[in-house]
Amino acid sequence: MGYVAVRGGEAAIAEAIRALDVLRAGGTEPGPGAGDPLQVDAIRHQLRLLVDRVMGEGGLYDPRLAALAIKQAQGDPLEAAFILRAHRSNLPRLGESAPHRGSSMRLIRRISSAFKEIPGGQRLGPSTDYLQRLFRLDLLDEDPAAFRAAAQAIPGVPATAGNFPKVVDGLRAEGLLQDAGPAQPAVDITRAPVTFPIPRPARLAHLTRGETGGVLTMAYTTMRGYGYLHPTVAELRVGYLPVLLPHPLTGEPVEAGEVLVTECEIVATHGGGPGEGPPRILLGYGGCLGHNEVKAIAMAMCDRAMLSGDERGVRHPAEDPEFVVCHVDGIEAMGFCSHYKLPHYVTFQSDLENIRSSAAKLQGGA
Amino acid sequence: MTPTSDVPQTNPGTQFGFLDDFAVREIRRGLLKALAIPGYQVPYASREMPIARGFGTGGMQITLAIATPEDRLKVIDQGADDSVNAVSLRRFIAASCPALLTVTRTPEATIIQTRHRVPERPLVAGQIMVYQVPYPDPLQIVEPSEAKRRASHAHGDYARLWVKLYEDVVRFREVAISNRYPARVAGRYVIDPSPIPRWDLPKLHRSPVPHLFGAGREKKLYAVPPFTNVVPLAFDDVPFEVERFRDVAGKRNRCQRCGADDTFLDEIPLTGQASRWQCNDQDRCSENLGYSDGA
Amino acid sequence: MVRETPVLTASGLTRIHGRGCLDCVRLTGDAQGRNICPSCGSVVALADVSFELWPGEILGVMGESGSGKSSVVKMLHLDDQMTAGSAIFRESDGRSHELAQVDEVEIRRLRDTRFGMVHQNPHLGLNFGVSAGGNIAERLLCGGERRFAVIRETALGLLDRTEVPRGRIDHQPGQFSGGMQQRLQIARALAPRPELLFLDEVTTGLDLSVQARILDLILEIQRELGVAMIVVTHDLGVVRLLASRTIVLRHGRVVEAGLTDQILEDPQHAYTQQLVMSAL
Repeated sequence: MGYVAVRGGEAAIAEAIRALDVLRAGGTEPGPGAGDPLQVDAIRHQLRLLVDRVMGEGGLYDPRLAALAIKQAQGDPLEAAFILRAHRSNLPRLGESAPHRGSSMRLIRRISSAFKEIPGGQRLGPSTDYLQRLFRLDLLDEDPAAFRAAAQAIPGVPATAGNFPKVVDGLRAEGLLQDAGPAQPAVDITRAPVTFPIPRPARLAHLTRGETGGVLTMAYTTMRGYGYLHPTVAELRVGYLPVLLPHPLTGEPVEAGEVLVTECEIVATHGGGPGEGPPRILLGYGGCLGHNEVKAIAMAMCDRAMLSGDERGVRHPAEDPEFVVCHVDGIEAMGFCSHYKLPHYVTFQSDLENIRSSAAKLQGGA
Repeated sequence: MTPTSDVPQTNPGTQFGFLDDFAVREIRRGLLKALAIPGYQVPYASREMPIARGFGTGGMQITLAIATPEDRLKVIDQGADDSVNAVSLRRFIAASCPALLTVTRTPEATIIQTRHRVPERPLVAGQIMVYQVPYPDPLQIVEPSEAKRRASHAHGDYARLWVKLYEDVVRFREVAISNRYPARVAGRYVIDPSPIPRWDLPKLHRSPVPHLFGAGREKKLYAVPPFTNVVPLAFDDVPFEVERFRDVAGKRNRCQRCGADDTFLDEIPLTGQASRWQCNDQDRCSENLGYSDGA
Repeated sequence: MVRETPVLTASGLTRIHGRGCLDCVRLTGDAQGRNICPSCGSVVALADVSFELWPGEILGVMGESGSGKSSVVKMLHLDDQMTAGSAIFRESDGRSHELAQVDEVEIRRLRDTRFGMVHQNPHLGLNFGVSAGGNIAERLLCGGERRFAVIRETALGLLDRTEVPRGRIDHQPGQFSGGMQQRLQIARALAPRPELLFLDEVTTGLDLSVQARILDLILEIQRELGVAMIVVTHDLGVVRLLASRTIVLRHGRVVEAGLTDQILEDPQHAYTQQLVMSAL
């Protein structure tokens, strides 16, 4: 009998690629198939929230590439984010932009749960919060002409430039906000090794690239008793921030483009006490690329939970930076989860040998 | 507060080996540090690769950072050159490293990247072993916190690991660790040698080649330099044992293809009869037969 | 040969929680009747506590909760750092260590090989995830023992010594009664043959008959091994039985010190008098 080999690896991989393309074209089910190939621009606009999510998790702002990733990954958001990350990994770095204070944002949406009215006003914007989740069956057979006409109806979603002071700045001016301490330099987690204890900027960098569901799960634990968080959304903003790079000749900051971001600040009250100082307001910050409110809010909650862990000792899983930071990265988690599908027959054989030998010894054999 | 462009520049599209210069430099420096401090886990900013975490990105980053066009690369997974993941990794490396030769015969390789096995054939000076590592830290089975583990390593405090060995000997008359057997390197740090079976661990002791370990997802590099002591953790009076491959009568199983009784074997279960056994190291088995199978 | 120098010389032990101020010590203590500094809000757990411990001696540290007695042990066992003061520990080989200034490596060595500690709460002193034998083995392994047979024999011997049945060596501490858990703690504390043993409220919460047996055990160990001990308790009976000398703490200060017999027969401080009178 011939050697039993895991042979034909090359052929198997080629076959897998062909099978994926068949599926993508709808070739496995009877019917009209998948129709025309999806246009990347169609994905970019009609699935914009998925595109934004993938950009955030991939850590690269390029809506067109994100849309392509989604097309290539056949809609799997983790795979799509993975493709974007791999692409980003060895791109040249052109420079670093300066930190933003956020007040220069060109807003399309801005709300505060903390106050009824805020300076600059609240704006609902394109939110699904108050919509009923009923099927719009008219979308099953949409009229292309009507669809295209909708793009012209409002000239762009109103994005208002202006100076909108942050709600928390008001609280800060009143002296109610906990002192943030000295500013810490940003950390490029793709170029600096992670060690624990991990500084806050690095934590936030991990969270902002974290898988939306993962960050949400961590935050949810703090809302349900694995933590003492009683948060209020001080402000949630969705808008465009300018990307400022140094001019190649003069060195002056020049706007090279804009990115859409979501930013959230939550505030939690702390009653103070002997040894703990006066009552004050504690801050949690969340921010991510694209329009992704759940992630920004969840991230702010995780930030606040970890800061509480720093201040009072870790009492719950989401207060432990090691627990949070090591487990929110979707690409890493997905990779390791998938790796269990790889052959493990050597380690398993080793386990079997161990058990057989042990059993023999316990039976009194040699 | 002004934007800056003094971050290190890279040259896209011209590098050999997918990684940008900055990454290559960081990994090489990390490896030098790892060799200078045998067994110490060096943290590094592990780069994302087009291959998933858990599929060998750590080993691959090492190979891509050290390979030159003059090298000859062998990639094995579970001892086989043809296993699907080995093929996948080899394709990627070949695409990223034009002119790099890939080989399957162990004596012809200058770099051997492996998942879960060390080749049976003794290695010689001039070769380099690169391991794909899922868990870089042997203390992970007794302590989930990385910060606490680092302190333990710093103090050489492996007591909790030893207690696990004690409990095993009490319950099973031997240590119940089958692969990833912890070993002390150069009398100082205890390493997780990656999921190689116990069978392979003695090959690291005073080996003529460097052994480089890359954990991509966990972002650590560590190394055993040549001719370094690598001693499995064991009580003085309960010796370290390797896999035995004995049948119920106590006889050592042999490879049914080449007849070898001194290699790590794969078990092929059959219905209604005793399992078949064959060498796990595909190349070694073929070599034993003088490569007469056309393999 | 009788040693002429104390095992432990503590002077001016002070522990303040909070930011502290120049008035903390002056505004707190027995005379003021408080631990909290009215000026800065810091808690003065201990201030100016001094005593000596001689080889083979048992020193009682008595007080109610809040007196600072547990802080004394925390600082001497190097679980916590003193705010001020000095504590010199002298090993039998002549080496001496200023505990206020030892580094991390030395802290581990002293805690692993020279000191033993028994807590009121067995969860603090035992590893519940590991067998009874494993708990004892852990200390021997910390000390560098690598022979399984020796570890096993030593553990069995210590269980015999502390009257824990040998057959329970592989059981989990969670399966033991409270009294047996304390005896296991003692066995574990004795494993490296320590020179200094700390016993923090070890019998509190146990049945009286169980308490009595453990106290007898401690006395036997002291007679056999001559280990110096610090016994922390709020219980006069414990102090009377075990300690040759005693210090009494109140609001973080020493209010009475001397031979136990004398203190109990002729207490000088009002608080001690109250304690003695209210004891049955």
